[in-house]
Amino acid sequence: MELQTLTYIVVGATFALYFGIAIWARAGSTGEFYAAGRGVHPVANGMATAADWMSAASFISMAGLIAFMGYDASLFLMGWTGGYVLLAMLLAPYLRKFGKFTVPEFIGDRFYSQTARIVAVICLIIASITYVIGQMKGIGVAFSRFLEMPFDQGLFIGMGIVFVYAVLGGMKGITYTQIAQYCVLICAYTVPAIFISLHLTGVPLPQIGMFSSVQDGTPLLVKLDQTLVDLGFAQYTQLKGSMLNMVVYTFSLMIGTAGLPHVIIRFFTVPKVRDARASAGWALVFIAILYTTAPAVGSMAMFNLANTVQPGPVTAVDGSLSYEARPQWFKNWEKTGLLEFNDKNGDGRIQYRKGADNELRVDRDIMVLANPEIAKLPNWVIALVAAGGLAAALSTAAGLLLAISTAISHDLLKGVFTPDISETQELLAARVAMAGSIGVAGYLGLHPPDFAAGTVAIAFGLAASSIFPVLMMGIFNKRMNSQGAIAGMAAGIGITMLYVFQHKGIFFVPGTSFLGDMGPNWFFGISPNAFGGIGALVNFAVAIMVAKVTAPPPEHIQHLVEDIRIPKGATGAIDH
Amino acid sequence: MPDGNKTGEAYWKANLRLVTICLIIWAIVSYGFGIILRPALDAIPVGGVGLGFWFAQQGSIYVFLVLIFYYASQMNKLDREFDVHED
Repeated sequence: MELQTLTYIVVGATFALYFGIAIWARAGSTGEFYAAGRGVHPVANGMATAADWMSAASFISMAGLIAFMGYDASLFLMGWTGGYVLLAMLLAPYLRKFGKFTVPEFIGDRFYSQTARIVAVICLIIASITYVIGQMKGIGVAFSRFLEMPFDQGLFIGMGIVFVYAVLGGMKGITYTQIAQYCVLICAYTVPAIFISLHLTGVPLPQIGMFSSVQDGTPLLVKLDQTLVDLGFAQYTQLKGSMLNMVVYTFSLMIGTAGLPHVIIRFFTVPKVRDARASAGWALVFIAILYTTAPAVGSMAMFNLANTVQPGPVTAVDGSLSYEARPQWFKNWEKTGLLEFNDKNGDGRIQYRKGADNELRVDRDIMVLANPEIAKLPNWVIALVAAGGLAAALSTAAGLLLAISTAISHDLLKGVFTPDISETQELLAARVAMAGSIGVAGYLGLHPPDFAAGTVAIAFGLAASSIFPVLMMGIFNKRMNSQGAIAGMAAGIGITMLYVFQHKGIFFVPGTSFLGDMGPNWFFGISPNAFGGIGALVNFAVAIMVAKVTAPPPEHIQHLVEDIRIPKGATGAIDH
Repeated sequence: MPDGNKTGEAYWKANLRLVTICLIIWAIVSYGFGIILRPALDAIPVGGVGLGFWFAQQGSIYVFLVLIFYYASQMNKLDREFDVHED
């Protein structure tokens, strides 16, 4: 069958599945809309969390990042998984015991302050909106690349689908669609990886294949190191950047992950405190299946690429691939502009080298997208990868939109501005807020503001420097009071944003950065993306000092902290 | 809270001890084996590269998994021991 038709069928079938779930899992109460009635099994919640967390970037771009950065990209692997250890031990069970619906609600109650709650809402909305813009762009790109549809049309279809199941079902609809989306995306990711591993090393498990030997008996990674060094690149398996930056960057991603509201609220959906602990473990199991496959995909894709364009020795004239003899997948991806050949020396051969002589430009996204073609897999696998990329983007977008809309309807409307509204009115407000958020996210996806380029820096910087520390101190430091929490949040966000803006431009507007985005100007060589970890340390230090010199929190707050520390007495499932 | 604050405090202390141990291991496998000690671990080869590389791209994630499930099961035991469990 024609690839185009097949892709329409596979993607169409997955969409039909999501619609079916949307109709089955309609939400009838705010409890269902905000927390799926707290009746989600911990394993199911783990799977939904994995889909919620793994975005278009994890699915499409991460393996490519690893392929080009080699060992240095380990910071993404450790950073984005290590956060779940912190979530399981420091936040999830206690926030589940607290038994409310949103992250700002906890902050507002624990620090007995509407100001703290509003500051938390603002942080949450900024972090989630910047994050969701990336997902919206991912949906548009996936449609335009696989279904050859214009970017904006693809985006509208994506918005329409999220609209149906998120507005109808809220957290309940989103949870069950995310489970389906996880199954689609993990198959789409692992099937090509297994075939490539078999083809290169004879070992079906990519996690083992990457440490096995290729046909001539040399270990794959040793051979990859040699090939890259021959081409003038650094060794794949050695550190290229600064060790301190790697430590701080990993730390920032870990605490940023643990502090992302759309991930935290998933743990409000399980029936018990002990389920929240186990569910974090299950989430990591499902995430680890992709995250331990990604480094294999990265190294094997790089191996395939380098050996395809450089089949012979670098010194020999005919060692580089003749442009005429390029394989079919090369031609296909040249059309998309993700692969570009520029015959600088006019010899008709592809010289892939480090530096000015290089004639091949490879976009990192190609490493996952072109994988099935490079491995000569059947067309249905390519169609599956398209459905997988869309599932990854849609599931994360829906989770983020839910975090935004609950913050508006529950924290701002019910919590601050109109506390008298009935439950039915609040549910309606939540649906309207969801529809509005989808509209805003879609608009920003079509017209990305300048700061969208800095999505990762802002979202993780905010989550790491403000939300994580304030939640952790709220649970682990009984003496922490509202003055300390607010001062800490302000200091943490302030210093992180100052650092990001001074190097990347005020709100990422080019030309407004006063120090320039250059290594030598970085504080101890720490990159702006990695600075959230430092911001968190500043937050902790300022909060503890301020709390020391101000009055302790009132008696009932200290009792509240004692109460959330023990599982007994947690509110159970709402309607089961 | 059963038996007032005493049980609660003892339970919390036991919890903190467990969390501390788990987070020390968490830091050793990622920041230690995966980053800072990696050059030293190059002496131990896994599939042609150093053990540190394996920890950075595979091993640390597996240890994280074991840590969370170990923590969850130990906490279930503590919950019962101090009689603060649900239902």
